[in-house]
Amino acid sequence: MNFQLSEEQEMLINSVQAFVKKELLPHEDEVDRQDNVSPELASDIRQKAIKAGLYAFNMPIESGGPGLDFISQALIERELSKCSWALHVNVARPSKILMACKGKQIEEYLKPCVAGNKIDCFALTEPGSGSDANAMNTKASKDGDDFILNGSKHFISHAGYADFAIVFAVTGTYEHKGRSRNEVTAFLVDSNSAGLTIRRGPNCTSNRGYHTFELFFDDCRVSSQKVLGETGKGWDVANDWLTAGRVMVAANCVGQAQRALDASLSWSANRKQFGKSIGMNQGISFKLADMATEIRAADLLTLYAAEKMDLGSLSDADAGMAKLFASEVLGRAVDEAVQIYGGMGLMDQIPIERMWRNARIERIWEGTSEIQRHIISRELLAPYQN
Amino acid sequence: MKILVPVKRVIDPYVNIRVKSDQTGVETDNVKMSMNPFCEIAIEEAIRLKEAGKAEEIIAISIGNQQCQETIRTALAMGADRGIHVLTDEILEPLALAKVLAKIYEEEKPGLVIMGKQAIDGDNNQTGQMFAALTDLAQGTFASKIDIEGDMAVVTREVDGGLQTIKINMPAVITTDLRLNEPRYASLPNIMKAKKKSIEQKSPADYGVDIAPRLKVLKVMEPPKRQAGIKVESVSELVDKLKNEAGVI
Ligand SMILES: Cc1cc2nc3c(=O)[nH]c(=O)nc-3n(C[C@H](O)[C@H](O)[C@H](O)COP(=O)(O)OP(=O)(O)OC[C@H]3O[C@@H](n4cnc5c(N)ncnc54)[C@H](O)[C@@H]3O)c2cc1C
Repeated sequence: MNFQLSEEQEMLINSVQAFVKKELLPHEDEVDRQDNVSPELASDIRQKAIKAGLYAFNMPIESGGPGLDFISQALIERELSKCSWALHVNVARPSKILMACKGKQIEEYLKPCVAGNKIDCFALTEPGSGSDANAMNTKASKDGDDFILNGSKHFISHAGYADFAIVFAVTGTYEHKGRSRNEVTAFLVDSNSAGLTIRRGPNCTSNRGYHTFELFFDDCRVSSQKVLGETGKGWDVANDWLTAGRVMVAANCVGQAQRALDASLSWSANRKQFGKSIGMNQGISFKLADMATEIRAADLLTLYAAEKMDLGSLSDADAGMAKLFASEVLGRAVDEAVQIYGGMGLMDQIPIERMWRNARIERIWEGTSEIQRHIISRELLAPYQN
Repeated sequence: MKILVPVKRVIDPYVNIRVKSDQTGVETDNVKMSMNPFCEIAIEEAIRLKEAGKAEEIIAISIGNQQCQETIRTALAMGADRGIHVLTDEILEPLALAKVLAKIYEEEKPGLVIMGKQAIDGDNNQTGQMFAALTDLAQGTFASKIDIEGDMAVVTREVDGGLQTIKINMPAVITTDLRLNEPRYASLPNIMKAKKKSIEQKSPADYGVDIAPRLKVLKVMEPPKRQAGIKVESVSELVDKLKNEAGVI
């Protein structure tokens, strides 16, 4: 087992750190306070990310991306996450599901997303179906050569700024263990389609400036040319990439936790009470030791999963363990960071309270902690089932 | 035109420097190392000259231990074309560096040598000047602006009390000041390309240079800790303390 990063990976880390420090972090305060990223700033970051070669760094060479290994991708995620999502989302990672594009879809959707000419969003969750995604209500019924979509989605990140949505809708049902299950199809739906209304969702505690939207489909006509993958095979296109995406979420959590630890270390060393640095007390220094140990473990678990992706042997549980552990470690790390900072930890003059707020989403999206445990335990118990 | 750019590996400028407990130097184990910021500026300037069509090839040179290869690789990822690594574990003084660089200069015959005005470790600010003396080249030190006009370089220098602009014959050596430019970070495609660029490995003996240190370091110590200040009640108390305690007036 080799834990040594390559020279390129080290350089990549340095470049991304410089990018975050120079192009993203200076805006974090204002974006958080105003709960908004101006279109000019978003476009400026996008252009700079394109120039730095970081835009769509998650995509393979055949679709115009750099074709990085997954470890390198995880390392980039880890560094980008040392700044709010609201900003680093503009260093776009198009949905990998777009790799299922075929024929004209490649030129119309996949390539423009990689080149930075189009923005995608991922529309799965509905008010009535979150963790139980297959229970969705949005329906797509066949009408000649088209499908007619009816229903609604919510919590859809950045849909208001996207050119199109990857929409999941029910196109039929089938029997599974004596129960009727939805057969789901993925569609590429342009944001300006007739019959689609996109509305800003409620304000969110985490990642101010990064908004979710609600999508309403009212007899929205979509050509069958816009089916992503095959009709009825929506989960086939989604599942592999949802699993892989969880490893990147884990890397993101590790980066956020490292940022909280770095801040905590310097505060512990510099803040004096009772005539000495607070870090001289075991009550504080042991917190630092625990944070650092847990973050190291989360990092290794994440890189292990990334390595398995590179080897083509990632299991659902590998990704689930990394996402579960890293997001929970992050939760503990930011909470301890607030404690170490004392009252200042809750004040909006410094980024600690922001890190604390931003961390909370990570245990919820891309599959909650409970769902990850469900996935992990299902895989563990599989050999015992007959 | 070829441009030679020496790059030095130093402790990262954002790292807290700690003195070794035996007082023989500063701690470098497990400490993040980076390219000297003034050398980064030198590489950036060379790349800009190349992008402006004023230079064809940029050669990054580093003299020092095996890890200096990483520093050269960083220069290659920023945009330098090839590297020369002079491998040695010796402690390096400015004169030794200048002598090795002078030999490389003779071999490569560049139109310009651009280097940092100093490295942030020793803060010597000598290598460029010594190199100019050894090679008999014109020198433009502390540059905050460089223009190439035919076979002359117009260099704006940061001097005490303002800016001085000089016009010097090329080949020349120019040392960089902080305000010359803002170095780029290596782009992802360039990082990938850097792997394929060549780094030639040499030793000081290849150049017939004796690099043994001429100075002996007796002791390295931390600067004395500053005492906390006090508040004085009145101007007369201040004057009294300045006169009788500080002895400055
Ligand atoms: C800011 C934000 C951005 C988002 N962006 C997107 C997006 O871009 N696209 C998209 O499609 N979705 C998006 N989501 C939706 C997100 O993926 C869901 O919120 C998530 O899957 C959880 O669903 P839910 O909120 O409906 O919670 P629920 O599924 O209702 O869960 C509520 C609680 O019950 C628990 N629970 C549910 N089922 C079980 C079970 N079987 N066993 C044990 N516990 C269980 C959950 O773990 C959770 O604790 C986003 C959400 C947020 C908050």
